[in-house]
Amino acid sequence: MTPGRTDALVSAIKRINFLDVRTVGVILLALVILLNVMLLPPPAQITNQHLGMVMLGLIVIAILLGFPIAFTLMGLGMLFGYFAFHRPGMGLTDNPVFDQMVLRTFGVMTADVIISVPLFIFMGYIVERSNIIDRLFRAMQLAMGGTPGSLAVATIATCAVFAAATGIIGAVVTLMGLLVLQPMLKAGYDTRLATGSIAAGGCLGILIPPSVMLILYGATAGVSVVQLYAAAMMPGLMLAMMYIGYVMARAMLRPEQAPRLPLEERNVPTWQVIKLLATSVLPLALLILAVLGSILAGVATPTEAAALGALGACVLALSYRKLSWLRFKESVFLTARTTSMVCWLLVGSWLFSSTFAVLGGQHIIESWVLSFDLSPVQFLILSQIIIFLLGWPLEWTVIIVIFVPIFLPLLAHFGVDPLFFGILVALNLQTAFLSPPVAMAAFYLKGVAPPHVRLGQIFLGIMPFVMLIIVAMVLIYVFPQIVLWLPSVLYS
Amino acid sequence: MDRYLFWIDRVSAFSGKAVAWAIVALTGVVCYDVGMRYLVNQPTQWAFDWSYILYGTLFMVAGAYTLSRDGHVRGDLWYRALQPRTQAGIDLALYVLFFLPGITALIYAGIEFTKTSWAIREVSSVTASGTPIYPFKLMIPVAGALLLLQGFAEMARCILCLRTGEWPRRLHDVEEADIEQIRALVQGEKKS
Repeated sequence: MTPGRTDALVSAIKRINFLDVRTVGVILLALVILLNVMLLPPPAQITNQHLGMVMLGLIVIAILLGFPIAFTLMGLGMLFGYFAFHRPGMGLTDNPVFDQMVLRTFGVMTADVIISVPLFIFMGYIVERSNIIDRLFRAMQLAMGGTPGSLAVATIATCAVFAAATGIIGAVVTLMGLLVLQPMLKAGYDTRLATGSIAAGGCLGILIPPSVMLILYGATAGVSVVQLYAAAMMPGLMLAMMYIGYVMARAMLRPEQAPRLPLEERNVPTWQVIKLLATSVLPLALLILAVLGSILAGVATPTEAAALGALGACVLALSYRKLSWLRFKESVFLTARTTSMVCWLLVGSWLFSSTFAVLGGQHIIESWVLSFDLSPVQFLILSQIIIFLLGWPLEWTVIIVIFVPIFLPLLAHFGVDPLFFGILVALNLQTAFLSPPVAMAAFYLKGVAPPHVRLGQIFLGIMPFVMLIIVAMVLIYVFPQIVLWLPSVLYS
Repeated sequence: MDRYLFWIDRVSAFSGKAVAWAIVALTGVVCYDVGMRYLVNQPTQWAFDWSYILYGTLFMVAGAYTLSRDGHVRGDLWYRALQPRTQAGIDLALYVLFFLPGITALIYAGIEFTKTSWAIREVSSVTASGTPIYPFKLMIPVAGALLLLQGFAEMARCILCLRTGEWPRRLHDVEEADIEQIRALVQGEKKS
């Protein structure tokens, strides 16, 4: 979720050669239009299903053109719906599409699963704006002491805890970039290792519960958010562990890339370390555990847990004396904007998909996919590759509300558990932030990095972590128990 | 011209910021309900109704404010690389093609929807608390109208940009992950 675009970000992006992007854009546009025209039969034989395909083609074109996606979805859903519902003799304004429109909108307004979204976002902004992360990192760094690659390990650990609490990628990466990149480079860390661990660690919030992405997936796929959270726990921890293991291994094999800290910086009395840990990591960890634990144990609904979490975050920030009135106000306004962005996208997509269903567009896609006679494994791999590729140009919110629903009806046919699929998607979407050309994490980091750090170095640094994500996806496919064990223990 | 556009930005910002405080009320209502249930074992009926009313009002009415800050997500990989004039041309065309019919239909449908509800003074059917929900339904046309107003401002900006080749200024306040602000936050910490 990154609605705010900053000058530094834009200037970082402008430095890539845009001739290529522009050419690619034109070619893509032409391809989509051509495909649409080629697949259409002569006008006399056009059925509603074909209109559905045109609608899908138009949405891709409009997304490429860069118009706000929520309104594109609404406009297309309304205009095509008007034709789909139109019967001869119907008055201009009695078209059922208007009822559809207002019912879908009201549906989003009363969707009780989604009430937790603004609350989690609010909690995240409070934690972010009150700058708890500074203490968190110092405590982690001291606690890691003499372990190989201690600074990078502390970075990833801090990111994991902080990302769980906020889930706002841009903020985590920006804050961590400002806070730890300079110290790491000064300590002699390899630029690629340092930037890679910040960017990859910052994206863990997509997967590690309480993640907003999983709530949206749950609402779209009709899967229980509680089960999704239980399912995401082990993969999230596993991925964080893999990152840490990779960084440590690299520090041991190539000590010159991650030199140990000088002794005087490591020799802090143990009681001091414990005190710092107890006052920084412990309260935030307890808050997250309380929120998650009460959801997983079934004591509280996600909404209730999120509200208590938001209250807890305010209390925590107040007790650190970090919550000024100004910061509080900023958090409130940012929450409104981010929530509004996500929910208007839902309003648009619910209308779009109901028109798409009335036109029968889903049937064409289904019969088309089924005609390939794929095995379940092939289908899983293909769908994940498509989502991976969509993650290059698009943001994860768009992928979740527009493209994932296209796959969902096919899951039953291939015998894929939507719960399992959701976790794969969550893992996969982290790469959307990390892979060029629109790697938001890399651009945020570039915006706050010293000028000698090049975007290319950041991308190279991120690559091993993207590989690790792919390895994690394969692991989860081979051992589905990683995902399904905790839900089965809790809710069998 | 700028004066009128800023005026619209202010209307959107005022309405958006006003409903933004619903998040604080929402936190309070849900926490109160949890407290009543676990501490004194008296769950409240109205809390659930109020939780979705606050959430729905929050995101619907804040839509115009979000638009005025260019906060609605775009797939802007290609868009960002274009000249401002081309951007403005595309935006203007799509505002007319998608935004206007969509939002106008929403306002029209929302008015009909609210009228029916208002006529019977509809109360919540989700719980038995009797919480009136007809004012909540009114938020659909209200949010639509605010969005339409802001949409006109955006279209005017597109036309100005087509003429001058530069995007006109817009009002700004806080940005998510605004680098200067967060830098001030981190560095302010270090000094104190």
